[in-house]
Amino acid sequence: MSLEKPPRQRYATDESVDYDAIEELLGEHVLGRETHTDTEAFVIRPDEVQDVLFALRDEAGFDHLSLLVPQEYEDRYESIYYLTKYDDRTQEVGIVVPTAKDDPVSQTAEPVYRTADWHEREAFDLVGIEYEGHPDPRRILLPETWQGHPLALDYDQDRPQIVTLAEHENPIADDHYDEDTDTMFLNIGPHHPATHGVLHLKTVLDGEQVVDVDPDVGYLHRCEEQMAQNGTYRHQIMPYPDRWDYSSQPTNEYAYARTIEDMADIEVPEYAQILRTMSAEFGRMMGHFLALGTFCLDIYGDFTAIFMYAIRDREKVQDILEDLTGQRMMLNYFRVGGVVWDVPEPREEFFEKIRDFLDELPVATQEYHDLITSNEIFQKRTVDTGVLDRETAKQYGVTGPVARGSGIDYDLRRDDPYGYYPELDWNVVTEEAGDNYSRLLVRMREVEESARIIEQCVDLLESWPEDDRQVQANVPRTLRPDPDAEIYRAVEGAKGEVGIYMRSDGTDKPARFKIRSPCFHNLHALPEMAEGEYVADLVASLGSLDIILGEVDR
Amino acid sequence: MSDTPKRTIHESSDPMTKTREARMGDVDSRFNSRLREAFGSSPFILTKFDQFMNWARGSSMFMLQFGIACCSLEMMHTYAVKHDLDRFGSGVPRASPRQADTIIIPGTIVSKFAPRMKRVYDQMAEPKFVVNMGSCAISGGPFQEGYNVVKGAEEVIPVDINVPGCPPRPEALLYGVVKLQERISQGESAPVTVKPYELEQFGDLEQDELTEKLADQIDTDDLIMRYNWADSP
Repeated sequence: MSLEKPPRQRYATDESVDYDAIEELLGEHVLGRETHTDTEAFVIRPDEVQDVLFALRDEAGFDHLSLLVPQEYEDRYESIYYLTKYDDRTQEVGIVVPTAKDDPVSQTAEPVYRTADWHEREAFDLVGIEYEGHPDPRRILLPETWQGHPLALDYDQDRPQIVTLAEHENPIADDHYDEDTDTMFLNIGPHHPATHGVLHLKTVLDGEQVVDVDPDVGYLHRCEEQMAQNGTYRHQIMPYPDRWDYSSQPTNEYAYARTIEDMADIEVPEYAQILRTMSAEFGRMMGHFLALGTFCLDIYGDFTAIFMYAIRDREKVQDILEDLTGQRMMLNYFRVGGVVWDVPEPREEFFEKIRDFLDELPVATQEYHDLITSNEIFQKRTVDTGVLDRETAKQYGVTGPVARGSGIDYDLRRDDPYGYYPELDWNVVTEEAGDNYSRLLVRMREVEESARIIEQCVDLLESWPEDDRQVQANVPRTLRPDPDAEIYRAVEGAKGEVGIYMRSDGTDKPARFKIRSPCFHNLHALPEMAEGEYVADLVASLGSLDIILGEVDR
Repeated sequence: MSDTPKRTIHESSDPMTKTREARMGDVDSRFNSRLREAFGSSPFILTKFDQFMNWARGSSMFMLQFGIACCSLEMMHTYAVKHDLDRFGSGVPRASPRQADTIIIPGTIVSKFAPRMKRVYDQMAEPKFVVNMGSCAISGGPFQEGYNVVKGAEEVIPVDINVPGCPPRPEALLYGVVKLQERISQGESAPVTVKPYELEQFGDLEQDELTEKLADQIDTDDLIMRYNWADSP
């Protein structure tokens, strides 16, 4: 078996990060050093957050704030900032900021990373940590009038709450009103065809132009983190990832599978890795077809032909995944240490179905190009509208097709390899313009790359020796990672970097489970793209971001 | 003779009686349908007005375009090519609640959204009908124990039919909608259930610890929805 590559090696933390040098760089700011399962972390004082983060961003090159984890311990509150680099995703560092139990105040990181704005609002909302100097310290997911912080330790879930349904006022009326300009406040959503679900955009218009837009999320906050914290690692958490990004389920399942397997040190059989990779790419296709269909819905108006074309292709992918998993949407195909079962019998028939689909795909893609990208009206609506430049995108922690549409060459499948991706031949797609059109192009070209990956996976699965088709590693019935083990791991979902932070307390359930959702960050960048544009372009920009509210609100 | 309804239709559909000729005038024969021939010269169908209205309602339902969560994707598939809800006369989604008489609730309802959903429901044209799609809309589903999740749409608005599943397949939703149409055309309606979570004015609430705490944030005229999580099932 000398040909077999040891998969554990790929998951190990990259040794190229010199943590001693970082410690030296931070100097006296460092109070202590922790080792997490995936990275090293430095403990710092709550009033020195900005100094430390500025040093790490400007001198050590950590330009991507991937996740902020707020949590409450018995004796303290803690915020962990997970930093990494857009140029080299394998370089990671954690910054741990403990704050006192009776006065949980920590300095804001918003001036360093713009994306910390929403992160810290969420941390205040759900856990109750306050961030000094935060520009906009409101609740984000729960209603303004909510009492208590649900993920804090002493929260009583049974107490009554009151939620208002007040009229909205013009938030910038005082600043902007004068004789010449007359602004109008317009609510878009939470029930509106253009919001792709239950999103509320508080928009201020000057004529047709957007002066100010404030996305108001939380209309689908389904307590996913609490649900995961109530479930056991082995079986009870896996159904929930399906319901975060419900347009491309396997990629989310991959995020949880990868995290728990790294944490519990489980090695996945190679055959199962191929099955996972294949289903994840089908998931990406599903997500992108929906994105394409609904984007054109936004541009063209009603349930029109293009939407039907996209749904037709999505239906084919769902059909294949249904054959594979037994479910149409909530596939629940991944298991800790592998997948639930092998491809359906007769295998030839299943592979033939996939090949038929792949053979028809170039024709379908050409149809899309005829209908959409070469359409002059479509180009008028999307080219050079909703522009998001590279540096702004990085500030907002934008990932996935939105980042790649702005020319950021960042894809976790290549940059932080997992699964069977490193063995396969495919390309990361980027576009330079950063407008609505290029984000659509990236998705369309990514579907073609996914097809390439699937084709190679099918070849491998077909030729795999029959007695070596192992779909599941040997996993203990009850998983109990070491107490205080902490891990943050991410994979490339259809919308971008889907990550999970878990902390173990030695039981069979996680003590803290935090989800990094790509849509949350992508949506945060919407005002940058829409302000100053026409309101119709705001709708187009929102469509081009391809947000899934289940993942934004979690 | 053709003044009695025929059991089977054969031969030509030319007008056969003088009465009919006079009534039809110089109409092109292609307007003279087989249905008309079946009815004979008498252009009347006797039925009760209520029955007729119920039949009309059940046969042309206007659905509200309303997406909440995962189920809304399966709902879109139900409207689209393969399943095509429009075959049953209920497939044109309306973007405004004022043009719709049926709402499908496809997803989880949380505290922040429930008052808004109630407002959308209230704006719909009467008589209106509700299809609950999926476990979340029925009971909160997999998220029932969440701190923020309303345990089913029935806590907020009356529901006519429940389609179980997580999410239900498009076929299941089709079946649910067709069953609802069947019931509407037979004049059946669901009993209006007790709704624990009503919209009310903040000023009308009993004074307790919570209302006192919120008194300086909420205007007395503001509409609010009060959640008593402990009492909901």
